[in-house]
Amino acid sequence: MSRSILHRLPAGLKLTALAAAGSAVIWVSDWRVMVDLLLLVALAFPVARLGRGALVQQLRPLLPMLVVLFLAQGLMASWTEAALVIARIATLVLMAGLVTLTTRTEDLIATVERLLTPLAPLGVNPGKVSLAFSLALRFLPVIAEEAERVHEAQSARGLGNSPLALALPLIVRVLKSAEDIADAIEARSGHDDPDCPQEKPQRRARFNPLAALKTVKE
Amino acid sequence: MIRSSVGHMFPRLHGAAGSVSVPSLPAAPGIEIAEVSHRFGDTEVLRNVSVTLTERRIAIVGANGSGKSTFSRLLNGLLVPERGRVTVDGHDTANAAKAVRRKVGFVFQNPDNQIVFPTVAEDVAFGLKGQKLSADERAERVEEILARYGLEHLRDRPAHKLSGGQKQLLALAGVLITRPDYVVFDEPTTLLDLRNARMVGQVINTLAQTAIVVTHDLPLIEAFDRVLVFDQGRIIADDVPSKALSEYVRRMQ
Repeated sequence: MSRSILHRLPAGLKLTALAAAGSAVIWVSDWRVMVDLLLLVALAFPVARLGRGALVQQLRPLLPMLVVLFLAQGLMASWTEAALVIARIATLVLMAGLVTLTTRTEDLIATVERLLTPLAPLGVNPGKVSLAFSLALRFLPVIAEEAERVHEAQSARGLGNSPLALALPLIVRVLKSAEDIADAIEARSGHDDPDCPQEKPQRRARFNPLAALKTVKE
Repeated sequence: MIRSSVGHMFPRLHGAAGSVSVPSLPAAPGIEIAEVSHRFGDTEVLRNVSVTLTERRIAIVGANGSGKSTFSRLLNGLLVPERGRVTVDGHDTANAAKAVRRKVGFVFQNPDNQIVFPTVAEDVAFGLKGQKLSADERAERVEEILARYGLEHLRDRPAHKLSGGQKQLLALAGVLITRPDYVVFDEPTTLLDLRNARMVGQVINTLAQTAIVVTHDLPLIEAFDRVLVFDQGRIIADDVPSKALSEYVRRMQ
């Protein structure tokens, strides 16, 4: 992927601009101005050397909700109000997409860490918060794939429509993975973690998700 | 045939990946496990295990539940034994975890649980976080390790879109970037197809570091220097592959 001017802008600047622009669009009350802004943000995609596919990908998951919202606003308020609300939501989504697609996660996380540093005296650990942020981004698609696998397995057993049959095995697998992921983070970064034990020994037991669920049930 | 702890049969190599400039204690190099016992709840998973690991290629085999995975987790301090002592080049895992983790990298069975950043290059760089390296040095190390394992064209690819073999290579690259002296693998080929399993096997066999591999994949370890066979928390055979594996296969029948 070739790097555009938007790619080269500092992550902190982009996040600040996103926060400012996101707040500003709330004050726009003319639907025509809002649609102009939407077109302007859409035009930023080719400037950022992102194809039409990237733009459509940002909006496609929201499309059913946008249609329902447009109809509801149009019927209950006015069609100009409906156009204003839809254009505003689409603008916000595209702006957020533009920032995430032109900024490396590493830079986003470093910026979040930097922004949180002043809160360290209040007990906030910026490193851990930014790691949690990164883990969420990394594991959302993994959990979605896992849910798909569980759904397939339960469908094969004739339980495809049971939410419980999907949720229970998925929760057990996610909890089990969480234990392994914690071990992996410890193994990969423990030597730089100030919480890493130097003098105090750790003798923890392996996590057993089935036992944990049993405890919850009791 | 059961063999007691052996001495320095093979000198440890420090190749392309180099060694870490960690001040070493004046102790014998190698990993020493002394009279280690460990239990999870009521189950005793390791029973008075004593062994010294100094060879370059060591395999650990055994039936499920025999204690081999628990044993592997002792080697870099992920687990500290209830009784006994584990030392890595003289550093006790119970009170020198930082030094131990610099020396011993760990590759988990499921790379999906080991890859913690969304894209390939970002995940590889994670191991360097907190090390006092400049941005340029960090980038150089990342590029070097990606190129070594043929991952450079995937650097910006989302990790969850990689194949099983590519994920396992990424997990290994993420460990090797910290330049450990030892790498412990927990069943590295279990989730892979034959081609990827062979590729990972080749990578393990060409590592400059000492490799300690927990596995059920017997062809992978045929050329290893030493094999430990675990059964019910004890080492029941400790020998060269031809002898140790025949004992293992005999017991599994």
